Amino acid sequence: MPTITYIEHDGTEHAMDVPVGNSVMQGAFDNNVPGIDADCGGECACATCHVYVDAAWFDVVGPIPPDSPEQSMLSFAAVTEEGSRLACQILVTDALDGLVVRMPEGQH
Amino acid sequence: MSAAEPIVNGVDVEAIPLEEIDVSDPKLYQEDTYHPYFARLRREAPVHYREDGMYGSFWSVSKFRDIMQVETKPQIYSSQAKLGGISITDRPMKYRRSSFISMDPPRHDEQRKAVSPVVGPENLKNMEGLIRQRTCQVLDGLPRGETFDWVQHVSIELTTLMLATLFDFPVEEKDKLTYWSDCATQDVKAGGIVDSEEKRLEILTEALQRFTALWHERKGGPPRFDLISMLAHAEATKDLVDDPMEYLGNLTLLIVGGNDTTRNSMSSGLWALGKHPAQYQKLRDNPSLVPGMVSEVIRWASPIIHMRRTAVEDTELGGQTIKEGDKVVMWYVSGNHDDEIIERPDEFIIDRKKARQHMSFGFGVHRCVGNRLAEMQLQILWEEIMARYPVIEVMGEPTRIYSNFIHGISSLPVRIPA
Repeated sequence: MPTITYIEHDGTEHAMDVPVGNSVMQGAFDNNVPGIDADCGGECACATCHVYVDAAWFDVVGPIPPDSPEQSMLSFAAVTEEGSRLACQILVTDALDGLVVRMPEGQH
Repeated sequence: MSAAEPIVNGVDVEAIPLEEIDVSDPKLYQEDTYHPYFARLRREAPVHYREDGMYGSFWSVSKFRDIMQVETKPQIYSSQAKLGGISITDRPMKYRRSSFISMDPPRHDEQRKAVSPVVGPENLKNMEGLIRQRTCQVLDGLPRGETFDWVQHVSIELTTLMLATLFDFPVEEKDKLTYWSDCATQDVKAGGIVDSEEKRLEILTEALQRFTALWHERKGGPPRFDLISMLAHAEATKDLVDDPMEYLGNLTLLIVGGNDTTRNSMSSGLWALGKHPAQYQKLRDNPSLVPGMVSEVIRWASPIIHMRRTAVEDTELGGQTIKEGDKVVMWYVSGNHDDEIIERPDEFIIDRKKARQHMSFGFGVHRCVGNRLAEMQLQILWEEIMARYPVIEVMGEPTRIYSNFIHGISSLPVRIPA
C-alpha cells in the first residue's frame, strides 16, 4: 500500500498507508490526521482539504486541470502556492508511494 | 425541532396530495413544523415542483446530494440578481440589488476576493483575543437568579459588536446594524415595520448614506483591514460607491451574513442543549467537545433555510426535467436531515464523527465566506460559558420569526441559577 506523508503546518509529520484508489483527502480523514477538514466529503465543493504538494512530486501528481471546479474552488483558499491542490482530487496510485504533502495554516 | 411527527395542526402530512405541499410557507418555520413535510419530500419527491405556491412556482431540492449538484454547477443554476437572485421571493425588478452573492463567476469571484481576507486565517488569529475579551465581558455581566432573554443579552450583543469591528463602524451606533440587518431580511408579510419593498429601500437608504460617508473617509486614507476600506481600495470594487444599489446590495449581504446567521446559532445552540440534557451533561463532563459541538449546533440551527437559483438552460436533476428560467430552491434545513449522508440526522449529537459535513454554509463558489469566523465566535462563546456557568436553564420556548429564508429566533427565556 502506498505511503503518504502529511506534514501539519507546525511541522508534525504523519506517514500513513493509503489504499490505491482512495483520495489523499480520504487517507487523512480515515487516519484522523489533523489539518484537513474535508467539509464537503470529497465533492470538490469547499476547499477545506487544501494541501501543498512537495516540489519533488509536482510532475508525478500533475497540474490542476485548467477551468476545473478544483481551480475555481482553490482560488478562494487563503494562501495558495505553486503546489496547491485539493487533496480530494488526488487519487492514490502506486506511483504516488512516498508522496509528501504539507498543510496550510488553516483551511478556509 | 423534533423528529418528524406526521400530524401538524391536525393535518396528516403523509396524506396531503404531493402537488399541494408548499414548503415555502413561512409559518412552517415560525411554528417549527417543517420537518415532516421534508421527510416526505426526501422520500417521495426529492426534486419536487410546486405550481403557484405562496412564493410562485418553484422546484424544491431536498436531498443533500441533489443540493450539491445545484451548488456545484453555477453555469447552469445562476445566482444573478436580475434573474431572481438567491431568495425564493421574486422582488420587482427595480428592487433586485446585485451583490457578490447574487452574481455568477467571474464577477462574483473578483468581488468576493476583495473582502475575503478579513476572515482569513491570519486576521482570525488577530481577532481572537478581542472576541474572547468581549465574550467574557458580556457573560460576566449577565443577571443571576432571574429570567432574561438570551437573544437580546448575548446573541445580538456579541454578533453586533463583531460586525461593528469588521466594518470599523462606530460602536456607539452599533444598534443600527442590527436594525438594518433585520430590515434587510424581514418578510413583507411578517407584520413588521418593513411592509413593502419601498419601505425596505427607504430604511436601507439610511444605511447606504451612513456607509457612503464612511467610504469617502476610508478611500482618502491608507488601506486598512476593515470591510469598507478593503472595498474602497481593491481593484475589483474601487468604484463600487458609484453604483449605489450594488454598494447597498453588498453592504446588506455583509451585514446579514456577518450578523443574523451567527446570532441564530448562538440562540439555537443553547435551546438544543436545553432540550437534550444528556448531551449537555456530556459537554459538561468533557468541555473539549466544544469544536465538534459547534459544528453540530450549526447543522441543527441551519441558520439559512434555503438558497435559490434560476436555471439558465434546460437540465436534469434527480430524474426531473428543469426548464430554462425555472426557479430552483435548495432547502438546507432538509439536506441537513438527509439520512443518506448524515447518520441519525434527527438526533442532536454533540460528538458526531463527521460533524463538519453539514450544509449550513452552502457549498461551491458561494460557500459562506465567514464560516471560520462564525465557528470561532461560537467556540469561544461555549468555552467561556463552560468555564463560568455549569448550567444555564432554558425557561420557555423560543419565539421564531416569520421567514422562509432566515431561520431566526427572536427571543429565548433563560436563567442562570443564583
